[in-house]
Amino acid sequence: MDADPRAVERSPRPAGWRIVASKELADHLLSVRLLVLLLLMGLAAVGIVYAATGRIREIAEDASGTPALFIRFFTAEGERLPSLLTIVGFLVPLLGIAFGFDAVSSERSQGTLARLVSQPIRRDDVVNGKFVAGLAVIAAVLLALALVVAGVGILRLGIVPSLEEVARLLAWFVLTLAYAGVWLGLATLLSVVLRRAATAALVGVAAWLVLTLFSNLLVGLVADVVAPLPREPTFEEALNHARWEQWLGRVSPQTLYEEATIVLLNPEVRTAGFLLPQQVDRAVPTPLPLDQSLLVVWPQAVTLVALVVAWFAAAYVAFMRQEVRA
Amino acid sequence: MAGQAPAVEARGLTKRYGDTLAVDRLDLSIRPGEIFGLLGPNGAGKTTTILMLLGLSEPSAGEARVLGMDPVRRPLEVKRRVGYVPDDVGFYGSLTGRENLRYTARLNRLPAREAEERIDHLLDEVGLAEAADRPVETYSRGMRQRLGIADALVKEPEVAILDEPTVGIDPEGVAEILELIRGLARDRGATVLLSSHLLHQVRSICDRVGIFIGGRLVAHGPVPELAERLAVGPVTIEVGVGDGAPVELHERLGSLPGVREVVRDAREPGRWRLVAEQDLRPAVAETLVRSGVPIRHLHRLEDELDEIYRRYFREAVGDGR
Repeated sequence: MDADPRAVERSPRPAGWRIVASKELADHLLSVRLLVLLLLMGLAAVGIVYAATGRIREIAEDASGTPALFIRFFTAEGERLPSLLTIVGFLVPLLGIAFGFDAVSSERSQGTLARLVSQPIRRDDVVNGKFVAGLAVIAAVLLALALVVAGVGILRLGIVPSLEEVARLLAWFVLTLAYAGVWLGLATLLSVVLRRAATAALVGVAAWLVLTLFSNLLVGLVADVVAPLPREPTFEEALNHARWEQWLGRVSPQTLYEEATIVLLNPEVRTAGFLLPQQVDRAVPTPLPLDQSLLVVWPQAVTLVALVVAWFAAAYVAFMRQEVRA
Repeated sequence: MAGQAPAVEARGLTKRYGDTLAVDRLDLSIRPGEIFGLLGPNGAGKTTTILMLLGLSEPSAGEARVLGMDPVRRPLEVKRRVGYVPDDVGFYGSLTGRENLRYTARLNRLPAREAEERIDHLLDEVGLAEAADRPVETYSRGMRQRLGIADALVKEPEVAILDEPTVGIDPEGVAEILELIRGLARDRGATVLLSSHLLHQVRSICDRVGIFIGGRLVAHGPVPELAERLAVGPVTIEVGVGDGAPVELHERLGSLPGVREVVRDAREPGRWRLVAEQDLRPAVAETLVRSGVPIRHLHRLEDELDEIYRRYFREAVGDGR
């Protein structure tokens, strides 16, 4: 019966995680939280798109030769409103937290976890399925948002995006999904480790505030300590300070995401860091082709994906080592 | 017993959490078609044992066999053929009873049409046909427990494991649930392992019980046999007498041949307890009648499974475990 200890159990079709994911997805789609988030993001998008269209007309009038005009629509800042991308970058973590903070703890508190893992599925199917479902809803929300904005843009501006612009937006979409994955992974970990969903939500939101709103403040403080700026800094001192700020800032996934977004959606930007005057001296300001932009953001993108993997792996391991009962 | 391979078997099954032994070298063998009651106080290691049998918790030592398979090595196969109703079973509150069962059917990869038929039938059987399309959050505890049994049966298990199936349910509900469990073995030929700390509730349906205290199986066998085995030792008799029992009653009872000890209940002066070599009820009754003391009640405590249990508990602790 158990003669062969190496006998690997073949999992029956369809894979367990798919069944879990499809159930979770159905739950998410009917959930109040999706409605609230859609409303929130929709509202932000409408306001900003409205402001951006006005602004873009101004730009378009005197810069009809501007490269990637359509994308400008996503990056243009209104007079009082930040750009659409800034808002999305700000709200994406919230999506990740919302669809992950109670992933496992809700099963525990409802008493369904023991029943779920006693079905013929692998234990990791539970976390995997939930993570996939969360990412799928987030992708759907972002896609809907991007399509609506693009649609409004085409209608109001009468500009059709070029192929390269579409490719850039697609790259941005994948990047944003990875950024959302970072937060979803963190939230999933919190839902495994913390028994109470409310605590997990609070911790998640606190992390979001610290890493997005207060990170610049904190980074500035730390940089001042490590590389103090005298009243009249020399060029070397100022440069040193700025470098520290940049590197410390990259601890936050928010910074990584922002840097990568800026490069991806502004073909004229050629580095995620800063350039010294001697480096741009006599440089011809030409837009970068997409592959060159991708090359510039490669480190940021890879780091973001690595962060997703790291958080998810932590959640996975924590879940696998946990006792069913407790 | 011989000839037939046991449906559930444990050999030296042990689970250690840090320094505490949750389950200590458990040996157990349950025959196919049998209803076995795992009885013991809360925290005795019943749930831990069940989780090890399902492959949801890895034994620290020893091994288990369920339907001849090792749950550690072949958890999926075991979980496909074993239905489990956890302690305080939970469901997704916003889904209906039927939707909850459907999810279980999908997780067991049942073909949709077959699953629908089976679910209909099961809901009817556990008396939830009318509530089937209401969200589970509107269910009472008894209804949830019955849904739990239906849920475990969706996969048509060969072994059903029920953890504390009667806790927190009113007496009528308990009777219904016990009848369902009895039907599992009788009509479906399933092997049933149930755990409980309420012995009097489940004794009637168990073919055999095992008494589980402090992680050890201290006794097992059919209920009457266990009771008999215990009766060999000293017997405790409880007497309820009316007020105004004469003071010399204590002495008179104590002087009966074979009585070891007479204790008067501190809280209820009308309640006396005798420890005797054998069953002295007739002699006690005679003494009381002769003393002109009205008898309120007179019974032997060992008859109750609860008493067996208390008794074993004392012994297990006395062993210096």
